[in-house]
Amino acid sequence: MEREVTTAGSAAPIIALEGVTKRFPGVVANDHVELAIWPGEVHVLLGENGAGKSTLIGLLSGLQQPDEGRILVDGKPTAITSPSHALSLGIGTVFQHTMLVPTLTVAENLLLGAPWWRRPRKDGLRTRVEEVSRSLGIKVNLDALASELSLGEQQHVEILRALLRDSRILILDESTSMLTPSGIEELGVLMRQLVGRGLAVVFITHKLKEAAAFGDRISVLKLGRKVGEIAPERFRALDEESLISEFVELMFGKRSGDPEDVVREPHPGISQAAPVLSVRALTRAPTSVSPGLSDITFDLRPGEILGIAGIDGNGQKQLADALSGQIATDDGSILLDGQPIEFLPVHARRDAGLRYLTDDRLGEGTVAPFPVSINFFLKQIGDRPFWRSGIERRAELDRRARALIAAFDIRTPSSETPVGRLSGGNIQKVLLARELADGAKVVIFNKPTYGLDLANALATRNRIREIAASGKGVLLISTDLEELLGLSDRIAVMAQGSVVGTVENSETARTEVGRLMVGLAA
Amino acid sequence: MTGLFSEIFLSALLFGAVTAAVPLLLAGLGEQMSEKAGVLNIGIEGMMIAGAYVGFLVAFMSESLWLGFLGGAVAGMAVSSIMVLLCVRLGLNQIVIGIGLTLGLEGLTALLHHFQFSRTYPRLPAADVLAIPGLADIPVLGPALFQHNLLVYLSVALVFVMGFIYRRTQLGLNLQAAGDKPSALDIAGVDVVTTRTVAVLTTGALAGLGGAYLANVGAGIFVPFITNGAGFLGIVLAMLARGRPLWVLFGALLFGISLSLTTALQVAGINIPTDVIQMIPFLAVMVMLVIFGRKSSLPAALGLPYERGSR
Repeated sequence: MEREVTTAGSAAPIIALEGVTKRFPGVVANDHVELAIWPGEVHVLLGENGAGKSTLIGLLSGLQQPDEGRILVDGKPTAITSPSHALSLGIGTVFQHTMLVPTLTVAENLLLGAPWWRRPRKDGLRTRVEEVSRSLGIKVNLDALASELSLGEQQHVEILRALLRDSRILILDESTSMLTPSGIEELGVLMRQLVGRGLAVVFITHKLKEAAAFGDRISVLKLGRKVGEIAPERFRALDEESLISEFVELMFGKRSGDPEDVVREPHPGISQAAPVLSVRALTRAPTSVSPGLSDITFDLRPGEILGIAGIDGNGQKQLADALSGQIATDDGSILLDGQPIEFLPVHARRDAGLRYLTDDRLGEGTVAPFPVSINFFLKQIGDRPFWRSGIERRAELDRRARALIAAFDIRTPSSETPVGRLSGGNIQKVLLARELADGAKVVIFNKPTYGLDLANALATRNRIREIAASGKGVLLISTDLEELLGLSDRIAVMAQGSVVGTVENSETARTEVGRLMVGLAA
Repeated sequence: MTGLFSEIFLSALLFGAVTAAVPLLLAGLGEQMSEKAGVLNIGIEGMMIAGAYVGFLVAFMSESLWLGFLGGAVAGMAVSSIMVLLCVRLGLNQIVIGIGLTLGLEGLTALLHHFQFSRTYPRLPAADVLAIPGLADIPVLGPALFQHNLLVYLSVALVFVMGFIYRRTQLGLNLQAAGDKPSALDIAGVDVVTTRTVAVLTTGALAGLGGAYLANVGAGIFVPFITNGAGFLGIVLAMLARGRPLWVLFGALLFGISLSLTTALQVAGINIPTDVIQMIPFLAVMVMLVIFGRKSSLPAALGLPYERGSR
């Protein structure tokens, strides 16, 4: 990765944070954070989910005010009271979620914020936009509706908006999370150009490789505290490998190789056992929005992890929903331990030992405003020992909930906290705790690490391995090929609602699965 | 049946349609602005009845129709400022507060009217009419459309003013952003609460004006509950019009005709029970909702209070 040496910039930082602390109920989001943002630098804020990155951005962009400490702008202590104040100070922010009005055109979005009594000046805007976008090498269609643009194009518009407002600092909050690989590269080039013009870029990410590729200076946040900073001089002196291992040490306090490298341990003696789950010719008619299922047949043995690969939207979700009983099938049979379950409703399949961890953790998996404790027992509501004659047994619920919270290392202020307030990783643990309870035989995971930060993803993968090691069958649906190659014993590939091939996870599996995914024979 | 198709009957029918349409038009335009900005203003019925009562009272006392209109608009605005405080500033539930305002003001105006006039219902003199030279002489249409109070023409002009504001001004952009993506507006440096406040106060003024017209010109009298759902019809119009002022005008005229039919059919002595005739406007609502309701696309943030920093 080549990195041009940036000019040292002026001697003073544009913004400096001194001992900034921000508390929310039950959490210290930022704990005495010290940070300096210099012109001409890409300053990477690296940290896991919940490390306090978003709160820091909120403070800089005027959405929130710090409880303690102060923010210096050009050396003067300044309270940034509102987003418009932040803009007038030259702080432009591109938030993680698009901040464009979908029903307005790009031009109208860029014009938002001018004095209300004025007529929108589209012609003046057009010339300025052409000027700025040409020099950056980006193209925007001013007359398109914002909702018609791809996420990458929307981001360009937002960056453009910040530049049109003469921002001196551009904050990019998790800007790569929605982008394609080529979009990420384009963004990297763009950032280089911006700092070349003397802007400061603050780039927030939880991906180590991006931090190493795009940054000049890196600050690492962990649990609301800044745990380390790598200055540009040292940054340039290190190669990517040593940088990444340094990040890992700062973030997780242990040195290791690429933490996403998963070492797979083969499970001996699987193939002899009788299948715990047999699916025969499972069929469901396609609809206008989903590909349906055609003639799905596979066996899953105890202790085996069967990966389901495929490009998203090729029937994986339908397969999981059909197996768990959430959607009806037209034909075919599902045998759990030799017993047909295809006519059973959801709860009966669960009772029989088939468990499903949905990818839609908050929408479908939990009731967000309910406390963690009730969410553990959502599928046993009304059952003993937690309910007797329809009356909730608070003490019993809490006792059991606390045990699960400890056993699954769920980070929650209390068992009474609404589950929607937890981070994605902790919600996943709540689901795991619930679904693995008493008598699981087969566990279906749908995109188990989607949206999780590294530590939680690794923990989840370990958990999946443990589940298989304890003799349960695991069906692992994922769009992450590395994850499948790291965990599965066999990998089945889905395309257009059918299984187009099943591959033993051997040395050649990567290319075989890859070819199947894009529609070539293995 | 000849009475039904005589020139005089048609002319009276259309005249009545316009008179009935104006309060709906004003309420619909007002509601449209609130909804554009993301506030579902169920209290508009209460704002209308307040405008009707105060508008009538001021016109009765001062013997000036226009002071009455002004009074009505101010009263509507006063009621909407309660909505601003509770729903826009404090973020309380817009539907609950809206229903509360409507019920409260219906009762309050009935009570005040009773204190003031006991059981007498004084009438206002007939409103001045401005005949538009030339056009007013067209047979049938002339007397029906071009011999109205000045406010009627102003209301129609307002349709085009609103269209201009929504499509061509910065204010229009701000209003739409406040309803579709308030966080984007906030980040662009425009205060969402202020934008919505302006919208709701305007709604109140227009609804109050519509109420005052209803009492002072349409009826020439104030009776308790005189608005009889006109504000709610305004909400329906705003929803069906999908942000287009011209559609509010068409819708208001359509409802105006059906409202006018109820009176005209009674006058014409058609042998249909009055209860059935009085159902016509509301049947028209249901038919329109069935035909167009599915297509109504409402602002994404409609009914949601804005809180900075939440997504």
